[in-house]
This record gives sequence, structure tokens and C-alpha cells, in this order.
Amino acid sequence: MNKITEAFLDLVSDWKGAFSGAYNIREDGGCAGRQSSEHIKIESKKEAPGLVIRIDPQTQNETVYIPACVTHSNVDDLVYNDFYVGEGADVTIVAGCGVHSDGEEDARHNGIHRFFVEKGAHVLYQEKHIGSGSGTGARRIDPVSDIHLAEDAVLEMDTVQIGGVDRTDRKTTAQLAARARLIIHESILTEDEQTAKTDFSVSIDGDDAVVDLVSRSVAKGHSHQAYHSRILGNRRCVGHSECDAILVGSGQVNAAPELFAGHIDASLIHEAAIGKIAGEQIVKLCTLGLTEEEAEARIIEGFLQN
Amino acid sequence: MLVLEHLAWKLPDGEPILKDITLTLPTGKLAVVTGPNGGGKTSLAKLIAGLETPSSGRIYLDGEDMTDLNITQRAKKGVAYAFQQPVHFKGLTVRDLLELAAGEKLSDEALCAILGQVGLCAQDYKNRQVDASLSGGESKRIEIATVLARKNAGLLIFDEPEAGIDLWSFSGLIDAFQRIKNQSAVSALIISHQERILQIADEIIVIADGAVRVAGPREEVLPTLLKEEKNGRCPLERGSFYE
Repeated sequence: MNKITEAFLDLVSDWKGAFSGAYNIREDGGCAGRQSSEHIKIESKKEAPGLVIRIDPQTQNETVYIPACVTHSNVDDLVYNDFYVGEGADVTIVAGCGVHSDGEEDARHNGIHRFFVEKGAHVLYQEKHIGSGSGTGARRIDPVSDIHLAEDAVLEMDTVQIGGVDRTDRKTTAQLAARARLIIHESILTEDEQTAKTDFSVSIDGDDAVVDLVSRSVAKGHSHQAYHSRILGNRRCVGHSECDAILVGSGQVNAAPELFAGHIDASLIHEAAIGKIAGEQIVKLCTLGLTEEEAEARIIEGFLQN
Repeated sequence: MLVLEHLAWKLPDGEPILKDITLTLPTGKLAVVTGPNGGGKTSLAKLIAGLETPSSGRIYLDGEDMTDLNITQRAKKGVAYAFQQPVHFKGLTVRDLLELAAGEKLSDEALCAILGQVGLCAQDYKNRQVDASLSGGESKRIEIATVLARKNAGLLIFDEPEAGIDLWSFSGLIDAFQRIKNQSAVSALIISHQERILQIADEIIVIADGAVRVAGPREEVLPTLLKEEKNGRCPLERGSFYE
């Protein structure tokens, strides 16, 4: 694996020179390292580029790493990864992505992930995205997630776009069975002329299922972000979506939440707040000795980390 | 020592908010600023902390003219200010905010010592977001704690610290102010209407209609203030104080 990949692994997947347990490192569309563990099997997909990751039922406290890196321009990496999580398993999936371009052509990673989480399983999915390089070609990351949660299954997704990604188009669809819970926390930072588009569509099809979508975004420079969420409450359920955005400079954010209640006991809420950093927040931190620039940076850092 | 010389502040439309304020607060003293609502007390605090710029007059701290310094520069000179209305931050925890105030990482023991002064248990609050999930009283106590956490602050300003504080925590707050009073290198300016806070003041400054009506040692000012109140009069607003 090359130096750029190693640097990305440090940033997006807590790489400390090696992974323990199951992992697959994807570099410029190829495999730069793979290992299965006793309970987590990683195999190449036969019909398309990508992986099939099978996690045995009752697997406890194991982590599987599947970082993907694009390290030069003129790469359009498309990958299909399927995760099958057995009943009662409790695992963490770390799936960071870095895209680097020093050339004029685009560098792109498009990861299409399907999650089949069986009854009573719990998955923590962590994903960090970053772009780097001085090229004029766009750094693009376009993840697609298709989530299927069986009864009592839980999926927690923490996704963070740290910076440097010129364009991203994120699509997430989910179907929840009875008592399933889907918790998504998304943080996106865009700068300069970057654009980010997020689209969630969650269908709650089982009684007492819960979905919680929280998006935190900061749009700096002349960047533009669009947030769309659609929660379909087809049964007795609880759905919550929240879009908070901070504008800096000439940044723009469009938030378009959509709720559908198809059952008398569907309880659905959306909250959205978009605006610049409150002046009183800056002033308060200045009274603690921070400069205005330091205060703004600290407020944004905290906002995105939350 | 804080010295205010002929300090005045007008709104952009020319309406005077503070008029010719001249005051001295010696180092090691605790002064309570009191007076009717809308009289200019908070405006005075904001001028001292640098949140507003005076129309005229000068502000000196320990002999140094800080009139033209910005908020950050004054904070670094040792001015600490607890707002009347606490500020909320989505994404900053109580620990984050107090560490920013202290300018360093804080141990759990240090957090406990700071928050304990305002009646909060660090274990319960250190990881809480400083956002709207906090009650008004909790927010206020954390706001006060941001001043208590400051290292090397020589001038502590509290704007109505009693607001929203329950009776039990208020007693703890009085103790905290007593400890500040015992620090010879620290001056404190507390804006308050509370008799218990007035009772611990070294100096009392009465401000009404943007001007100092009276300023002097507590022993001289407070008895008259309380006497007028008990007589059902409002000496401050009617201009009859010390007639």
C-alpha cells in the first residue's frame, strides 16, 4: 500500500500500522490487504466489484475495518459491499474513505453498501470521509447505504465528512421491522465551492420501531449543502429527524424534511435550524480569552463532533 | 484596581445610557452594583468587559488604559465576565467550556472543585451539553462557573448571579463570593438586587438613569437603602436618595 493510503488510514480508520481482527483495505479499486477472523468472514463478490462480509450470529465486541482509498486522479472506484450481520451479534464496522487528487481529472469513490441486520443484532457503523491533494480534478465520494433491520435490530451510524471533499451525494434508504432502531448522526463540513447532498428515506414498517436522524452541517465559503429526509411512519412508531446547520461566509444550506404518518400512533418530529454562528457565542468565548477566529473554530469543531 | 473616568455610552440614535460614570474599585475589594431595572448596570459591565465601546471616558485596570482593548485582550488582562443571560452552545460540553475558561485541561477533581462552588456535581454535569437541555438555573450556575474557572483573573464581573438560582445553591454562591472577597489580588463587581449579596459587599454602588446616585462603603450605603425600602419608598427612581 502506498504512503497516501497509509496517511488516509490514520485519519479515517484509526490505523496504527496494523488492524487487528477482520479487515479489507481497498486502494484505487484493488485490494491492499485482507483478513477474516473466526467470526467475521470477508470474501470478494462474484458478480460485481466489492465484498461480502458475513458476521456470525452472537459475535460479540468485534470490529471489522473496510477502509477505501483513492490516491490519484482519473480513478472512478465503484464498489458493492454487502454486510450480513447474524442474530444477536454486537459488532463495530469502521468504513472510512479518503480521496486524493493531484491531477486535472476527478478522483471518485462510490461505495454502495447493503446492510442485512438480523434479529436482535447491534451494529455501530463509523465512517469518516476526507479529501486531499492539490489537483484541480474534483474529489468525490458518493456513498449509498441500503439498510434492512430485522426485529429488535439496532444500527447506529456515525458519519463524518472532515473536509476536502469537493462533491458528495449521499443516499441512505432503510426499512425497519418491529422494535428495530436506526440512529444516524451525520456531520458534514464543506468549504470553498464544495457541494454536499444528503438524502435519507426511512420506512418504518414494524410496531415500536424508532428512527433518529441527526444531521449537523457547516457550510463555509461559497459551498452548498442540501438535506432531504423522508420518514414514513407506517406503523406505531417514533421518528425524529433534526437538521442543524451553521453558515459561514457565503455558504448555503437547503433543508427539506418530509414526514409521512400512515398510522394513528406514528409519532414523527422534525427539527431544523439554519443560521450563522450566534454572535453571543463568539462573544462569550472571547470573554474567556479566545480570539474571534479561535472562538469560531472551536464552536464549529464542537458542533460537528456532537 | 479598576478605575472608570467620566465613562459615558450612548446608543447610535444618541440616547444616553450611561452618563459620566467615575468610580474606583480597589484591588481586593468586592463591590455590588445595584439600582432599578434599566438603570445602566449591565451596560456598565459590558463596557468594562469590552462588549460595548464607550462614547467617551477611560477605563483603567491596574494602571493600564484598556479602553481601546477588545474583549479578548481584556480577558487576557484578567477581566472575567459572567453574563446575565447564559449562552448556549450545541456541541460544547460543560467540561469543554470550563477547560476553555481555565485555558487548560481539567482533572475530574478540578471540575468538581469548580462546579461544587455553584452547587453542581461534576459527575452529573461534566459531559452535559451546554445547550437548551439545561434548565435556566443550571445554565446560570455553569455561566458563573466559567468565571470561577478562570486562572489569573484579577477582575471578576457577575451580572445578576442570583437569577434562577435556588435557595440552597444560593447559599453556596454566597460562600463562593466570600472566598473571592478573601483573595487580596482579586476584585469583584457583582450586579445584584439581593440583600444577602449586598450584605457581603465592601462597596455598594447605586446606579439609576445611567448615573451613579451614590457609591460608598456598605456600612454607609446599605442602611439608608434598606430604610427607604422598608418605608415603601423608591428613593432611587424618585431621586430622593440621601436627600
